[in-house]
Amino acid sequence: MTNLIKHIIMILKQDKLKIKLSSFLAYLGLVTVLLTVSCVNTKKKTYENTADIPVNREMVAELTAPPHVPTPVGKRLAKKLIVNMEILEKEGEMTDGVKYVYWTFGGSVPGSFIRTRVGDEVEFTLSNHPDNKLPHNIDLHAVTGPGGGATSSFVAPGHEKTFSFKTLNPGLYVYHCATAPVGMHIANGMYGLILVEPEGGLPPVDKEYYIMQGDFYTKGENGEPGLQAFDMNKAVDEDADYVVFNGSVNALTGDNAITAKVGETVRLFVGNGGPNLTSSFHVIGEIFDNVFVEGGDMINENVQTTSIPAGGAAIVEFRVDVPGTFILVDHAIFRAFNKGALGMLKVEGEDNKTIYSGVVQEGIYNPEGGGVQTMPDDGKAKQTVATTEKTLAEKMESGKQIYMQTCFACHQAEGQGIPNAFPPLAKSDYLNANVDRAIEIVLKGKTGEITVNGEKYNSVMTRQSISNDEIADVLTYVYNSWDNNKTNVTKAMVDRVKSGH
Amino acid sequence: MKAVLRLTICILLFWVHPADCQSKMVKIKGGTYIPLYGRDSLKVTIVDFQMDVYPVTNKEFLEFVKANPKWQRSKVKKLFADKNYLKDWKSDTELGDQQSLKAPITNISWFAAKDYCECQGKRLATIDEWEYVAMSNETIPDARTLKSYNEFILGWYEKPKTFNNEIGSTFKNYWNVYDLHGLVWEWTLDFNSVLVSGESRKDVDNDTNLFCGSAAVGATDLMNYAAFMRYAIRGSLKAKYAMKNLGFRCVRDINE
Ligand code: HEC
Ligand SMILES: [Cu+2]
Repeated sequence: MTNLIKHIIMILKQDKLKIKLSSFLAYLGLVTVLLTVSCVNTKKKTYENTADIPVNREMVAELTAPPHVPTPVGKRLAKKLIVNMEILEKEGEMTDGVKYVYWTFGGSVPGSFIRTRVGDEVEFTLSNHPDNKLPHNIDLHAVTGPGGGATSSFVAPGHEKTFSFKTLNPGLYVYHCATAPVGMHIANGMYGLILVEPEGGLPPVDKEYYIMQGDFYTKGENGEPGLQAFDMNKAVDEDADYVVFNGSVNALTGDNAITAKVGETVRLFVGNGGPNLTSSFHVIGEIFDNVFVEGGDMINENVQTTSIPAGGAAIVEFRVDVPGTFILVDHAIFRAFNKGALGMLKVEGEDNKTIYSGVVQEGIYNPEGGGVQTMPDDGKAKQTVATTEKTLAEKMESGKQIYMQTCFACHQAEGQGIPNAFPPLAKSDYLNANVDRAIEIVLKGKTGEITVNGEKYNSVMTRQSISNDEIADVLTYVYNSWDNNKTNVTKAMVDRVKSGH
Repeated sequence: MKAVLRLTICILLFWVHPADCQSKMVKIKGGTYIPLYGRDSLKVTIVDFQMDVYPVTNKEFLEFVKANPKWQRSKVKKLFADKNYLKDWKSDTELGDQQSLKAPITNISWFAAKDYCECQGKRLATIDEWEYVAMSNETIPDARTLKSYNEFILGWYEKPKTFNNEIGSTFKNYWNVYDLHGLVWEWTLDFNSVLVSGESRKDVDNDTNLFCGSAAVGATDLMNYAAFMRYAIRGSLKAKYAMKNLGFRCVRDINE
């Protein structure tokens, strides 16, 4: 203000003879405009330093157990946000018949989802349930301060600690227990996510879910029943028995699957608690439209698989265009099919034939070594094709090879399948009831609800790109293994089904 | 002056109820060892002393508060016990329905534990004494490097509600002492003298021999993990705290 006046006076002095009233008025006008503009700016101030955002009123934070997330912040102003988190050491189920003692924030693995916006002043109370044996604390990666809050939150069983922090940086952050031995506390499930939304909130979407991967180390091997103790040696060797989403093998499958409707946009807040393994997060049959890389500001588009480090997170968004069941996996694929890192997104809605077929083309999930013709020993395979009238033993041998290369990833080594995801081929009533139908499934793929041995499956098997001769071999192998009805499938039968329609 | 008076009263009570005040003790022969964590990693020498065979039970503590009303729940000074003190009792002089007379007393503060021992002419063990006795297994005085010893301790961390179990339900160690591992945590006289902040990475800085050194998991790592929990729980305590998984036992000097 004073500078402006000085400036005007200076000009007036320089030009004192020629100065006209009109130009003086113009200058005054300019000054007024400038002043008004600066006034408006103060009112709508966007704070360059988020630490300066003032808080307005108090609010108790909504906390949710996975896979749910609290209501978006939307346009609300920054607030004093009260977070009450309770630590519980409790027994849970890792998978059918396998029990594990989890150490949890809020009773779930991962811990309760905390949703804040930039500028919130969080008053965090961490209470340690009296029945617990151990002291714990919390390190929130969203906190700027010594140990992310860990130093001020170290709390004995039956007690509580309160500390405050201001959320300065928007993003999706991991929190975890940092009590020594920190690896053991994390391995037992002490991690979760805290979201700091930007001013005005994230763009609205139709569905939001909370998913977090973790690796577990048990005394018994994968599947060994009973209460399983934590195995420190395996943890140090990074030799995980279970790699799961949301704390247990079945947390996101069957009735626990997350859902959406055709045409909706889905946003997943995905974290990785570790303690050891990096996740190659992938949704079979989907391409992520947007990925907030590492949970930060950078957005990458059209991503197939996103890497989520232990102690890191990512936000992924995609629109679902077709109905069906989409499988969420850690694409380090043995973890998915053998250690539990498998979840399901069930999409309901109208079958749109035009979109549907288009998407089938794009979305085909080719498991490793899916097509024999792409394998390096292509020549040999061709030779086998040329031979006719093989014995049953020859067909069994070649069929087994094809099975292990092509079908194994989904239907598993002993044809047992994966509950809720891939139907069994072992002793399958569905398979044994109709050979032509089985041939057609391998030839053309299969979607829609089917019932195999009393269990419902509603998923997608893609067309298997193998020759008719190979289909005959692999099906002969399947029919002559695992208590099936010993049908000998010939190439002629396959040819007939293929041309028969 | 007051202290002398109190001591006299205690000694009087001691004579009046000899049976209640005298739990079984055994002699621990002193020796020299290096504790896992300490103010410095130097050798510690323990002189001969006596230790209670079992942790103090609900029954024993019940008798104590009957004789010492100032330690009853409704009368205890807030400075000496927080609100968890004897929380699960039905009244000042009655145990809770779920509590067995022969289970270890828990939910008591350090002040209460210390007074209980002093009342009987005993005291709480120091960390060094407690660890010295507790490093034995069934057969040898220092089992700290044995896998089975450490696995037993680690396994207990995952067993819920062991505070309901009766005394003597774990193993008898080399010194004929029971329940040092596997039942409840125990108060020590100088519980807050070894500083463990609970912020693991900081602790690593403070005490470089904690987790550094060996990359592969050896016996020492397991040992560190098993023992560290005990130091961490001590580090999280304040003298007025009462916890459901924390009890105590007493020791006595041998005056020759
Ligand atoms: C990408 C995973 C995948 C692969 C690879 C795969 N399938 Fe399937 N398969 C499925 C799914 C999913 C279904 C159930 C489809 C549905 O729900 O409609 C299924 C169903 C079937 C069925 C009928 C149901 C039953 O259990 O009897 C047969 C037969 C079958 N597959 C055989 C094969 C054979 C043979 C191969 C190898 C040449 C193979 N599949 C490869 C996923 C797969
Ligand atoms: Cu913890």
